[in-house]
Amino acid sequence: MNQTLLTFPKGGVHPPESKELTEHLPVEPLPLPEEVEILLHQHFGAPCKSLVKKKDEIMEGDLLGEVEAGLGASIHASVSGKVKNVGTSAHPISVSAPSVTIQTDPVAKPREYSPGDWKALSKDEILGRIKSAGIVGIGGAGFPTHVKLAPPPEAKVDTLILNGAECEPYLTCDHRLMLEHPEQVVEGAKIILSVLGIDECHIGIEANKADAIEAMAKAARDASSNGTRIRVDALKVKYPQGSEKQLIQSITGRRVPGFGLPFDVGVIVQNVGTARAIYEAVVLNKPLYEKVITVSGRGIQRPANLLVRIGTRLSDIVSYLGGTKPDLAKVVMGGPMMGFAIPTLDVPVTKTTSGVLFLTEDEIDTKPHSNCIRCGWCLEACPMGLAPNEIGIYVEAGRAEDTAQFGVFECFECGCCAFVCPAKRPLVQFIRLAKMKAKK
Amino acid sequence: MALNESALWTVSVSPHVKSGESVEKIMWTVVACLIPPLILSIFIFGIQTLIITLISVGSCVATEAISQKLLHRPVTVRDGSAVITGLLLAYIIPPGVPYWLPVLGSIMAIYVAKHLLGGIGFNIFNPALIGRAFLLATFPVAMTSAWLPPIRDASIFKYMGPGVDAVSTATPLYILKHYGIGAVMEKFGSMSTIYADFFVGWRPGCIGETSTLLLLVGGIFLLYKGYISWHIPISTIVTIAFLTWIFGGEKLFTGNPLLAVLSGGVILGAFFMATDYVTSPSQKTGQLIFGAGVGALTVLIRLKGGYPEGVCYAILLMNGVSPALDAWFKPKRFAPEKGAIK
Repeated sequence: MNQTLLTFPKGGVHPPESKELTEHLPVEPLPLPEEVEILLHQHFGAPCKSLVKKKDEIMEGDLLGEVEAGLGASIHASVSGKVKNVGTSAHPISVSAPSVTIQTDPVAKPREYSPGDWKALSKDEILGRIKSAGIVGIGGAGFPTHVKLAPPPEAKVDTLILNGAECEPYLTCDHRLMLEHPEQVVEGAKIILSVLGIDECHIGIEANKADAIEAMAKAARDASSNGTRIRVDALKVKYPQGSEKQLIQSITGRRVPGFGLPFDVGVIVQNVGTARAIYEAVVLNKPLYEKVITVSGRGIQRPANLLVRIGTRLSDIVSYLGGTKPDLAKVVMGGPMMGFAIPTLDVPVTKTTSGVLFLTEDEIDTKPHSNCIRCGWCLEACPMGLAPNEIGIYVEAGRAEDTAQFGVFECFECGCCAFVCPAKRPLVQFIRLAKMKAKK
Repeated sequence: MALNESALWTVSVSPHVKSGESVEKIMWTVVACLIPPLILSIFIFGIQTLIITLISVGSCVATEAISQKLLHRPVTVRDGSAVITGLLLAYIIPPGVPYWLPVLGSIMAIYVAKHLLGGIGFNIFNPALIGRAFLLATFPVAMTSAWLPPIRDASIFKYMGPGVDAVSTATPLYILKHYGIGAVMEKFGSMSTIYADFFVGWRPGCIGETSTLLLLVGGIFLLYKGYISWHIPISTIVTIAFLTWIFGGEKLFTGNPLLAVLSGGVILGAFFMATDYVTSPSQKTGQLIFGAGVGALTVLIRLKGGYPEGVCYAILLMNGVSPALDAWFKPKRFAPEKGAIK
C-alpha cells in the first residue's frame, strides 16, 4: 500500500462529508417489497423491449428485456411473481421510461447460485456472461460493461483501475462493500484483468476509509500472485477524486485528452461495485438485479446501507426506515454534488442508483442567486481548468452558443464551481444549457 | 408512515450542498476589516473623519437604494457592497473637506460608476475611485489642500468649527516630490521616527489611508479567510518598492522603497481597492500582471506626473485593462488536445 496520499493537482473542493451517518452501519437486506417497478432503460444506450407480458409468471433472475441492436444491457426480474403491468414509469433522470411492474410472490423460494471455476472460461465466454447478466457501470454512468471491457485493438490498455474513491459526501455503499466483501471485489478485478489480458490493477480509495483500505489491501495481497499485481492506492480526500479523469491522473499521472476516453491513455476504470457485480455474473452466473445503496441525510428517521432489489420504489424504502422527518426539504437520487433532485418517492431504484438522500433545510442552500462578482473562486475550484464564470455570464446574456471557447464540452458537471460560488449561481444549470446550444 | 404526500420539496439542479460562503458574508467581513483604521483616524485627525465617513456611507447606501428603484432592479443594499464603497470613498479624501463633498462623490460612485453600468458585477471601474477622481477633477482645491497635521494629544474636537484652513499642512509625498527627502526629514523627524510614525498612522494623509499597521491587519485577515489572494497586493507593493528604489532617488538605485510604501494610499489601495473582485482579473497570472501594472503606474505618476500620489489613477487605469487580462490569461485546461497522448 502506498503511504503518500495520491491526488490530482488542479481544482477540487472539500464539502462536508456527512459519511458518519452511515459509514459504520453494516449492509442490511431490505425485505422484498410487495411489488417492484423495473425500468427497461437503466443504462447508456437504447431502452430494452419487454420480453414479458401482463399476467406472466416469472422467476427472480429471469430476463425481462434484451438489447436488440447497438449499445445496451439486459434487464432481469428482481423478484419472483406475476407481471402486473408493462407500461411507463417515472425515471429518476430522463423523466419517464418503459417499465415492467411485478407483483411479488411472497412465498417463492429465493434463487440459489453456486460458485463455479471461471478460470476454465474463455475470454468470450466471460464477456458473454457479463453481457447476459446485464452488467453496467453501476457507479453512475451505466455504460454497458461488456462493451467497455472490449476496447478497440489499437488501444494499448496496460492498467486497470478500480474506483473505490467514493468522493461524494454521504455515500458509503462502496465503503461497506469493500469492507464486507473485499475478496469478491478483488476476484472481480482478477476477472477483468484476465479479460483484458493485463496484470496491473490499482484500487483507488480515499483516505477517509481506513478500514476499507486495510481490508482491500489484505485481499489484494492474498490475490496478487504469479504475475498479477493488485495494489491499493490511498487517495487524498478531495472531491471529485472519484471522477474518472481525475482518478486516472491521481494514480497514473496520465491525462485523458479532451473528448478522449480512458483507453486513450491505456487505462480502464471500473467502479468497485461493478467489479463485484462482475464477480457475481461470472463466478455465480447471477444477473445484476440487486445492489447496495446508501439511504442517508438528516431528513430520514433511520439512515442505512441497504441491499435492495432493482425496481424497489423509494416509498417502500422510506417506510421500512421509519419515514421522513418533518423538516425534509429535498430528496436526491445519487450524491449531493452530482445527484438528481426528485419531486416524488414514486421512483424505482435502478442499476446506477448509488444512494437516496433526504436532506433538510440546514443541509441544502436555497438562497436566490445574484450577479457574478467575478471573484474567480470557480476558476480555482474547477478540476478541468474551465471558466464557469464566463460560461454563466454568456448564457445569461443569451450567448450560450459562444461558450465552447471556455471548454463547456469538457465539463462533466461535478459541481465544484457552483459549490464554491458565493453568489449562489446555478453554474451547472448554465453549463447544461450551454452544452445544448453551443457549437462544437 | 410519516410520508407526507402534500409536502413540497425543493427540486433544483445539482450540487445540492453549497459552501457556507456568500456575497454578503464577504462584503461584511471586508467592512469589519476596514473599521479599525477608521477608529484610529478619529484620534489622528479628529472626530470629523467619523462624520465624513458616516455621510459617505449613508449617501452611498441611499444612492444605491434610489438607483435600484429608479432602474427597476431589486434593492440589494443589504449585501454590504455600497457600505464598502462608502467607507473606501471616505478613506481616500482628505480629513478637512466640507461635509457635502462626499455626498457628491457617492452619487458619482454608486449611480454613475456602478448602477448605470449594470450594477454589482458589471462596473468596469472601482466605484470609490471613480468618486475620488470625480472630486479631484471638480474640487481640486479642497481635494489637494484639506490636509491636517496629526493630533498628538487625543483632542479629537480640535479641528471642529472655524479656522480649519489655517492649520492645513502638506502630505509627505507632496513635500518629497517638490522639496526632496531632506525637507521630509525636517518636517517629520529622523528616518526611524518617520518609519515608526508612518507605520502606525501618524502622518498627514487621507482619512483611512495612513495606518499601514491596521490596514495590514485587516488585509492579512482577508488573506487568511481566502477572500483575497496575495497576488495583487504583493505584486503591487513589490513593484512600487522596486521601481522607487531604482528611479526614486537623485541617482539610480538610491530611492527609498520603504518610505514609498508607507506613504500615500499604497497599502489601502493594494489590499482593499486593487483586489476588488469585479474590477480586477479573476485568474492568478492576470492578477500578478494587474498588480505590477498598478505599481508601475503609481511610481510613474508619483515621479513624473502632475500629482504627488498616483495609486488612485493607477488602479483605475488597470481596471480598464482587467477584462483584457482575463481574456489573455485563461486558466490552464486539464485536458491535453486529443492525439497528444502521455
